[in-house]
Amino acid sequence: MNAWLRRIGGYFFASIVLLAGWQLLSMAVGSQALPGPVPALSDFFRLFFSDLLPHAGISAWRVVASMVIGAAIAAPLGLAIGRSPKVDAIAAPMIFLTYPVPKVVFLPVLLVLLGIGNLPKIALITLIVFFQILVTARDAARGIPASAVLSVRSLGATRWQVFRHVVVPASLPDIFTALRISTGTAIAVLFFSETVAGSEGLGYYIIDAWSRIAYSEMFAGIIAMALLGVVLYEFLELAEGRVCRWTRAER
Amino acid sequence: MSAVAIRDLAVTYTGVGRAVHAIAGLDLEVGDGEPIAVIGPSGCGKSTLLLALAGLVRADSGELIVAGEPVVGPRRRTALILQDFGLLPWKTVSHNAALGLEVRGVPVSERRRIVAEALERLGLGEFAEAYPGELSGGMRQRLALARALALDADLLLMDEPLSALDALTREDLQNLLLEIWRQRRHTSVLVTHSIEEAVFLGRRVVVLSPRPGRVAAIVENPGMGEDGYRETPEFLERCVELRRILAAEGAFAQPSLARSAS
Repeated sequence: MNAWLRRIGGYFFASIVLLAGWQLLSMAVGSQALPGPVPALSDFFRLFFSDLLPHAGISAWRVVASMVIGAAIAAPLGLAIGRSPKVDAIAAPMIFLTYPVPKVVFLPVLLVLLGIGNLPKIALITLIVFFQILVTARDAARGIPASAVLSVRSLGATRWQVFRHVVVPASLPDIFTALRISTGTAIAVLFFSETVAGSEGLGYYIIDAWSRIAYSEMFAGIIAMALLGVVLYEFLELAEGRVCRWTRAER
Repeated sequence: MSAVAIRDLAVTYTGVGRAVHAIAGLDLEVGDGEPIAVIGPSGCGKSTLLLALAGLVRADSGELIVAGEPVVGPRRRTALILQDFGLLPWKTVSHNAALGLEVRGVPVSERRRIVAEALERLGLGEFAEAYPGELSGGMRQRLALARALALDADLLLMDEPLSALDALTREDLQNLLLEIWRQRRHTSVLVTHSIEEAVFLGRRVVVLSPRPGRVAAIVENPGMGEDGYRETPEFLERCVELRRILAAEGAFAQPSLARSAS
């Protein structure tokens, strides 16, 4: 409980500092396009249930679905590639060729193929998350100490048991780290894709407020988007603490 | 009947870009319930020999027989303890100890009973729910032993199991290994770098030659296992004898820098 209080206290303190900085910056710039935190926050609370929450819900659904699908495919695939030199010989060059390609450039293609609803956004974010997790999972699986695998094999473990008892748990912390890092990218791409097409989601809300020159509403949307990122990140951190309890036991 | 029979064994493994002859023409017999120690210069194929006995590395030629059966893969009652103990940091102490039983499909209730007994015997009872990361080096080593005991191993293969421990803990665990052997009388093959450890824990001490490994000499050590053996003149004599043989095998030669990465 104490740890929780400290954590919330930390967030509170950081928020105060950020809000103060924002206030100072908006005073220094003195432009309508950069309102201070007071009008932005009052719009945030005024519009929270009527506008922000529905849009945030759609955005959250898109990004969570993408991350779940991306991780569910990429993690097992990456681990399998990393553990099998034969598969790796074929897959690694393909990964190295495709990983550096910025996937955002495929948004126009996806829009043509999948329409302007949820699908192209989810497909695009899934693609990006997929590659980040794939590369991490592959590297993690390759880095597993041989002695851990040998000692479990010496107990008579099958390939599948080695996977379950050694490969998966050994790679989980790295996969969680990759997931947490990819929340940032995922939300950035979410914003981009929502501003390009459709009339739902926080990205659309922000760009719509911008076009109406409703700058404090725009910032209310930005706050909501930032909170979405924080919630996702915190959720992953919590899940990691639950699933990877041993990482806190290391001396 | 001998528990382990090795005849004209040769093992090659693929190093970075080239084949390494780890063992060539190795002959060795280990009696049922006999504890032997294997010692030799760095890179003499000691670890490879253990991995081959554990069924984890395939022999190129020769015979490898454990308890009357040719080794084709991991065997039910062979336990392997590696240098870093081979513990899984993500599993609790009791889960680590139970892993061999779980892999072999022993029912949960039986597993619990056997593991609780093994942990109790090694003084780890109150740490059952801790993670290996919370244990000291000596306790981790005990846990690795508990895993082997839980399997009711009749052949214990140990690859420098105590080399990561400080001198006092090390001696404590040497005594423990001896105590357990005296109670259970299992066959044991201990690979070590320490002359004193080899003489303390090996009824016979097998000296391997530099790579490719084969048996260079065998030192008979009948006094092993007697009370207070460590303090006897006989113990010291054996150590001196072993040291001379190792020196003759070039174990203390300063390797050239290019070869020293073994």
